[in-house]
Amino acid sequence: MERHFEHDLGELKGKLLIMASYAERAVSDAVDALVNRNLELALQVKANDEILDHLEMEIDESAITLLARAPLASDLRLVTVAMKISQNLERAGDEATKIAKRARDLAKEPPLKLTLPWVQMSTLALGLLKAALDAFVNRDSTAARALIPRDKEVNALHKEIQQRLIAHMKENADNIARCLHFLVAAKSLERIADHATNIAEEVVYLCEAADIRHADKV
Amino acid sequence: MAAAAANVLIQVENLSLYYGSSKALESINLTLRDKLVTAFIGPSGCGKSTLLRCFNRMNDLIDGVKIEGSIRIGGHDIYARDVDVIELRKRIGMVFQKSNPFPKSIYDNVAYGLRIQGMKSGSSLDEAVEQSLRGAALWDEVKDRLHSSALGLSGGQQQRLCIARAIAVKPEIILMDEPASALDPIATSRIEDLILELKKDFTIVIVTHNMQQAARISDDTAFFYMGELVEFGPTKKIFTNPTQKRTEDYVTGRFG
Repeated sequence: MERHFEHDLGELKGKLLIMASYAERAVSDAVDALVNRNLELALQVKANDEILDHLEMEIDESAITLLARAPLASDLRLVTVAMKISQNLERAGDEATKIAKRARDLAKEPPLKLTLPWVQMSTLALGLLKAALDAFVNRDSTAARALIPRDKEVNALHKEIQQRLIAHMKENADNIARCLHFLVAAKSLERIADHATNIAEEVVYLCEAADIRHADKV
Repeated sequence: MAAAAANVLIQVENLSLYYGSSKALESINLTLRDKLVTAFIGPSGCGKSTLLRCFNRMNDLIDGVKIEGSIRIGGHDIYARDVDVIELRKRIGMVFQKSNPFPKSIYDNVAYGLRIQGMKSGSSLDEAVEQSLRGAALWDEVKDRLHSSALGLSGGQQQRLCIARAIAVKPEIILMDEPASALDPIATSRIEDLILELKKDFTIVIVTHNMQQAARISDDTAFFYMGELVEFGPTKKIFTNPTQKRTEDYVTGRFG
């Protein structure tokens, strides 16, 4: 006989995976809309954000119901980690929406004659998000630990984009408005990688019960 | 298996216990720390209450019990030949699942042990009774009816009266065998708060079937299964990340 608790825990995991796929899709579509100046796709990302918001609340509700039954050990870790992962996914979705808004505004302007490593940065950021979620599904703390330092690569690309935009703005005052849009989009992409890192840290906690957050600062 | 080496009060070494030919405890090694709460958990028949009853030699009263190994309390082997069991039980109070007040007044219940120890009626006995009832968080509820029957108290009050009776003789250790399992959540919560207060002065060992209760009130937890000590460690560790799969399965309810 399957235990009711196990069944409900399975449902929680299921909702989290649905949310993960929406979040990944939102990030990938937002970057696509930005790079390919796709207004329609940008508007769609913005509209879909509601789904993520709603899933976050649903997951919290399920988790609270499960916590009221006082789970322990790995069950306790899974429920608390699910709440934290869903919050990070919701915020990643918010960042995707910010990128989409900038993509929408930029699509209405002529393109900027400046090549930036968007594909490289978005591939990396999205890759980290996917890897973190795969690590959650496979309960693979080694994979989770391995992806955390790669956030630095995203940060480096963010800095590079920032510096090149600043240099471009100094030379082309007319393009400042458009450059600012790109600056905000780059920052959002950098934040998405941070959320991926947070998720990876939660996966390590789930598997090992070890809290590795802020390990470099303690 | 040892918790922190500091403040060891009870040391169990290679303790095995037989009821006739059946072995109820299998080479238990365990150290319990002073002025802390240690919880014993495990399925029915796992040996946790049997071990608890070894600490005040209650098992001596059962025919056919044989004990091997040693238990040292404060460094002294309590199964040594020269140990006075009555003296030992003065140092180690016990509270049972079913509250068992004597059919006497509230006052006389608490004064009982003190009178046996030779204390005469008078203001110092009154004071000791009041102090014990305050210590058991019962004073305010009974101060106006100290001389009415203890049997008129509610279940939760009776259990706190038994705790007052136990602490009146100032033991070092209080053993509790499922002290709140027959109580409603409010009475349970009072007992739990009381345990957390009592650990300032006493070392407490509690047997409980309620995992959340163990998580709420104990510092260390020992998990027993079929007479064996499977895992022992800080409560936080046992309930968030146990080392042994059998412990994980038990605390998450996936046993068997």
